[in-house]
Amino acid sequence: MARILAVDDSPSMRQMVWFALQRGGHEVFQAEDGVAALGLARQQPVDLVLSDVHMPRMDGIALVEALRRLPELRYVPMLMLTTESSAEAKQRAKAAGATGWIVKPFDPERLLTTISQVLG
Amino acid sequence: MDEELRQILQIFLEESSENLDVLEQGLLRLEQGPAAGEELNVIFRAAHSIKGGAATFGLDPVAEFTHVMETLLDQLRSGRRQADAAVVRVLLQAVDALRALLAGAVEDDATAALASAAPVREALEAVLAVVPGTDAAPAGPAGPAGPQATVGDEAAPAGEDAGGWRLQFLPHPDIWQQGNDPARILRALGGLGELHLRADLTQVPSLEALDPAQCHLGWQGVLRGEVSQAQIEELFDWVTEQCELRLEALDATALRSALAELDSSATGEAMAPAAATGNAADGAADPVGPAHETATPPAPRAAAAAPASVAGRSSNFMRVSTEKIDALLNLVGELVITQSMLQTFGGALEEDGKSGMRDGLLQLERHTRELQERVMQIRMLPISFTFNRLPRLVHDLSAKLDRQVELRFSGEHTELDKTVLEQLADPLVHLVRNALDHGIEAPAVREAKGKAPTGLLHLSAFHEAGNVIIRISDDGNGLDGERILAKARERGLIEPQETPDETQLHQLIFHPGFSTAEQVSDVSGRGVGMDVVSRNIVSLGGRIEVQSSPGVGTSFTIRLPLTLAILDGQLIRVGSQIYVVPLLAILETIQLRDAQLRAPVQNGEVCRVRDEYVPVVRLARLLDCREAQPEPAQMLMIVESDGQRIGLAVNDLLSQQQVVIKSLQHNYRHVPGIAGATILGDGRVALILDVQALSSLRCQPTRPLAPAALA
Repeated sequence: MARILAVDDSPSMRQMVWFALQRGGHEVFQAEDGVAALGLARQQPVDLVLSDVHMPRMDGIALVEALRRLPELRYVPMLMLTTESSAEAKQRAKAAGATGWIVKPFDPERLLTTISQVLG
Repeated sequence: MDEELRQILQIFLEESSENLDVLEQGLLRLEQGPAAGEELNVIFRAAHSIKGGAATFGLDPVAEFTHVMETLLDQLRSGRRQADAAVVRVLLQAVDALRALLAGAVEDDATAALASAAPVREALEAVLAVVPGTDAAPAGPAGPAGPQATVGDEAAPAGEDAGGWRLQFLPHPDIWQQGNDPARILRALGGLGELHLRADLTQVPSLEALDPAQCHLGWQGVLRGEVSQAQIEELFDWVTEQCELRLEALDATALRSALAELDSSATGEAMAPAAATGNAADGAADPVGPAHETATPPAPRAAAAAPASVAGRSSNFMRVSTEKIDALLNLVGELVITQSMLQTFGGALEEDGKSGMRDGLLQLERHTRELQERVMQIRMLPISFTFNRLPRLVHDLSAKLDRQVELRFSGEHTELDKTVLEQLADPLVHLVRNALDHGIEAPAVREAKGKAPTGLLHLSAFHEAGNVIIRISDDGNGLDGERILAKARERGLIEPQETPDETQLHQLIFHPGFSTAEQVSDVSGRGVGMDVVSRNIVSLGGRIEVQSSPGVGTSFTIRLPLTLAILDGQLIRVGSQIYVVPLLAILETIQLRDAQLRAPVQNGEVCRVRDEYVPVVRLARLLDCREAQPEPAQMLMIVESDGQRIGLAVNDLLSQQQVVIKSLQHNYRHVPGIAGATILGDGRVALILDVQALSSLRCQPTRPLAPAALA
């Protein structure tokens, strides 16, 4: 069981992620944008971050960049949950410090499998 | 589909409809002038969210359609294309098409929506095709196939006990800095086939020089099985920049020699053949166990795990089903009744302890009232919820009818019950249509009259005496009294010799089947307009009035109760029964004198009230109140509904009070003439009269409508 920070500005997407992850016994913290996520990550231990890219206030790329600067999150896996599968988009995410990406649409079972693998 | 998933889908659909509103409003603002960057981002994100969600929920037509839209929006956002009127128009059509597609997805019948979306999609694609080099568009295909799906089988080695792959994996020292762990990838690799691995320890420095945050390991291996190159590369997709990966396809023979080679180069270190169980990485890492352990630094943790409720802190809003709120509201209603019951009985208590009891009751009353207001507020939404749909309507109609209209709102934060708001939408749309179609003149006509070419349509909302008032005013041509009169006579709505005053004349437009537009237009419909508007408002417990002056403008005033759950009522007594009449419907109450009554005409008695004859409804007879000693009615309460006035003959007027409306239909059955029931402080049930139904039912006065009492 891991503590997962799920960031998405769409409530249904957050619900969907929560739905998939809680089945795997994970504890899910939800945030609706980068700013909220950063605040949560500062006061709450997190084992994995799963974030949308396009969000108001602070997007997923900026969030990963900011999170990577927090000492306690330096080695934590951060996955982008995104509809963008272009190489350029992936490169931007990698440059910011993202561990990897899961492209929407995602299948709840596959999401869970991928996350368990990432968590080892 | 899972019930839980279905609920999430429902949330997605609601959210999409909100996103569509955001899109639409943003596009309309775009039309007014160049938008700031953030505004375009908001529009883009709205489309993007719909696309992502739709794809996740398997609504492929929606996802594919939105993808095209998003591509265009991305060009606007990045400044590669200007948002001119033509582009905005196409995008607005796309919003409509998308709305239909989503609706179709709910009803599992998307045929019609798909058919109507196709030309819009072509229009979008046509716009996209105009500028060369637009293929720099953002995202990849939005199709249902995720990247997690295997991408082809190009290099799969053939053969039965075929070959496999020789591989070399040399992670860069910084691979852990981005949260990637080579062990995870090797484990996943072991899941693809039979994996033989050998760790390459040559790069591990001496203990003093070792940086535990860096990876100094490499691996060589052989993977046996029918595995495609794409399958392997997918596993390394996240780390392509942080490692060297060499792959070599092997046939069966080459594989055997590669395995032998791997074995012989092994120096007694672990090379466990890791099959689908996937222990390859652990096995391989074993010999360097200590280094590996320290090299994967456990992230430092803050002391205690925070409670799960932290999640709630990130948002100030939550979605609660209206059912839950209604249940709560109902309970609070019961509480109010209990409180007033206690008060009634408390009054009869002995003097001892009475003051303490009274204080307690007063406090209870204050708290229950406050609780009730708070709970009711949960159901309240700002009227902007409904107003926000109108700019698009005005935009479209102005173009269609050649009008220039400035739409102005005020008081859009005024809150109303959700149900009231929803049912208000259609009447408002109709009134706005009418204002553009029949009220505000064409620019040339206005200028000829000395008016500004741009007409003003002003919607305002405010509170007044416990009601919400919504006013729709235009500075157009006003109602044409002569034409209304002529039409009313032609339709036989009034007698030829009747000369109604202005107010009465204007009231005629709410009469069923009335329409003054000489040519029926597809904008305002076929005379099924104002009467339906009026009926809808009345069914919400409100009323609508019109003021108009020729050439200056028209103003409709809608008066609505704050909520549908509570009613301001006048208690009346009919025989020994108590009934409730909605206060809003009451015009006046007069002493009933026989002298004013006229002999029964065809449809019953009428009473002369000032210069008007008002039909009289004997409630005792209509409601079949059988009394041992019948008592003549003392008073006549003039009530109005739908522009129709009737007089209710009652025995007495009692107090005015707010009553909690209970559905009679849920608890008993529908009774004509009765809108609902409530429970009075003394525990008695009182029926709430449906004034509108009573005025239409008075034609059959001999048939009793309701049982005398239910209590």
